[in-house]
Amino acid sequence: MHERLDQWVYVVAALSVGVVGTLAMVGWSLIAMLRAERRRDAVRRK
Amino acid sequence: MHGFANPARFLRMARWLLPTLLVPGMLLSFGALAWGIAYAPPDHLMGVTVKILIIHVPCVWLGMAGWSTIAISSIVELVWRHPLAGIAARAAAVPGAVFTALGLITGSIWARPTWGTWWVWDGRLTSFLVLLFLYFGYIALADAAQKDAAGGGGAGRIPAIFGLVGAINIPIINRSVVWWNSLHQPASITLGKSSIDPTYLWPLLIGALGFSLVFGAVVIARMRMLLADIQTEARLRRKALN
Repeated sequence: MHERLDQWVYVVAALSVGVVGTLAMVGWSLIAMLRAERRRDAVRRK
Repeated sequence: MHGFANPARFLRMARWLLPTLLVPGMLLSFGALAWGIAYAPPDHLMGVTVKILIIHVPCVWLGMAGWSTIAISSIVELVWRHPLAGIAARAAAVPGAVFTALGLITGSIWARPTWGTWWVWDGRLTSFLVLLFLYFGYIALADAAQKDAAGGGGAGRIPAIFGLVGAINIPIINRSVVWWNSLHQPASITLGKSSIDPTYLWPLLIGALGFSLVFGAVVIARMRMLLADIQTEARLRRKALN
């Protein structure tokens, strides 16, 4: 039995995982930083 | 080095350093990926799957660079008691773990069309999987140590010792393709030498630089988050005592 592989499927899958993973990590880190700094400023004002 | 020990001074620097690293990092990373996809020709053996190199290799390098950052910061924390070193080590753990996971996933996707299998338990892949588990252990340990420190305990140095001991895995990953038989190819880029064609080498190096800048920006963002958490905790504790 021969398996026919469309190589582009693997290229697109790998690049998508890499790009989405990196963007998610950047977004999550920035949001967590802004939340933590906002909370610190709120506690300072109290 | 102790000039940056003052958190206020560090935060002033981090405010301009974060966008300075993040924006060029994003542009270089995605520019290199677009360059590789659009212009790099297919390889005579691997076909178009060779384009996965441009995302896989930077992820793997940064997975190892993340733990090297933890190890160096741990030495600085243990030897010089630099107050920001432990925070830098903790901040590097999550992006290091993410890039390690991305390196494993993109490598597995690349392995299927080139090796005919998603995974083999050889030295390179297994030692890199061990690195991911080490990251999980470090993150859990550092989190527990911070809670203990907040409660007045003295467990702050345990993650630093773990970070230092775990660094033994980095040369094992690097030399695994030399020490054991593997489907994984030996190193294509060593100091001053490369067996990669320039049509792939340049987008790879530019992509690696871009992802490294993004990594640096994420570490800075996480250091700011950890410092803000510590300052909030300290202020709340002072208020509770008064």
